[in-house]
Amino acid sequence: MKFGIVTFPASNCDYDAFHAIVDVLGEEATYLWHKDHDLQGSDVVILPGGFSYGDYLRAGAIARFSPIMQEVAAHAKAGGPVLGICNGFQIACEAGLLPGALMRNSHLQFVSAEVRIRVENADTMFTNLYDRGEILRMPVAHGDGRYVAPAGVLEELEAEGRVIFRYADAAGTISADANPNGSERNIAGIISEGGNVLGLMPHPERACSALLGSTDGVRLLESILTRVAA
Amino acid sequence: MAKFRIAVHITPRKGLLDPQGNAVKDALHTLGFKAVKDVHVGRYIIVETDAYDAIAAEETATDMCRKLLANPVTEDFDIESAVHA
Repeated sequence: MKFGIVTFPASNCDYDAFHAIVDVLGEEATYLWHKDHDLQGSDVVILPGGFSYGDYLRAGAIARFSPIMQEVAAHAKAGGPVLGICNGFQIACEAGLLPGALMRNSHLQFVSAEVRIRVENADTMFTNLYDRGEILRMPVAHGDGRYVAPAGVLEELEAEGRVIFRYADAAGTISADANPNGSERNIAGIISEGGNVLGLMPHPERACSALLGSTDGVRLLESILTRVAA
Repeated sequence: MAKFRIAVHITPRKGLLDPQGNAVKDALHTLGFKAVKDVHVGRYIIVETDAYDAIAAEETATDMCRKLLANPVTEDFDIESAVHA
């Protein structure tokens, strides 16, 4: 399976994603330049973490207008898998691929830490190798990670099982203390209506090595393989 | 066509948590401005554009706000009258 990883100016997790796909999963990956109009036959598109366009105006606001995003949007519309990680999540929201927005962390500080997230829905193409309620450890590194959406949208996400990950403590309790950025309802990741666009602030691609602290991100990427290949 | 200057104010949507505004408010209280009730931090954007007239320039600016300058989920915008640049 071929993964296309978009490189925007100031993306900085594109190499981490590439490493996870090629060296950990043993699958094919290619970088997609933001100015290009070609997904190069990618089955899955990854919008990686970073600070595209210096976070000018708002995080992800300018990247959304990169030429490649037209192809990414068309790929998503056709049901193709898109994984937006951190800045990629911000870009996906700005592009309208996902509802809501990511605002400045409530405590105003950049947070670089390992967090725990609870799997809320294990019946998606990104989470089918996890168990519902399972607690995963993954790093976060962001200044604008506070998920917000109108009340109606939040209710819709909940009702449709589209809140995929929530910040939790080790026991799986959803609490304010476990919330690293003030996200509404401790939301760490959501999925699109069609179930093919996942956005999350934690970094699964950086949780793929025991040496670096966690391998909990591997199954997210492997889930895509099983579902897309099927 | 003439050249116009339009100022756009972008502010956090009322009712949404505004941590920057709160931090500034707390700092003002610390400085002794105890009467301060609320502070909101937004952006001020100046656009210079060619347009047929001031009305057209303002309409264009509104379109810019809807499509890029403001986030429709979290922000409100207010456009000042266009002036000849």
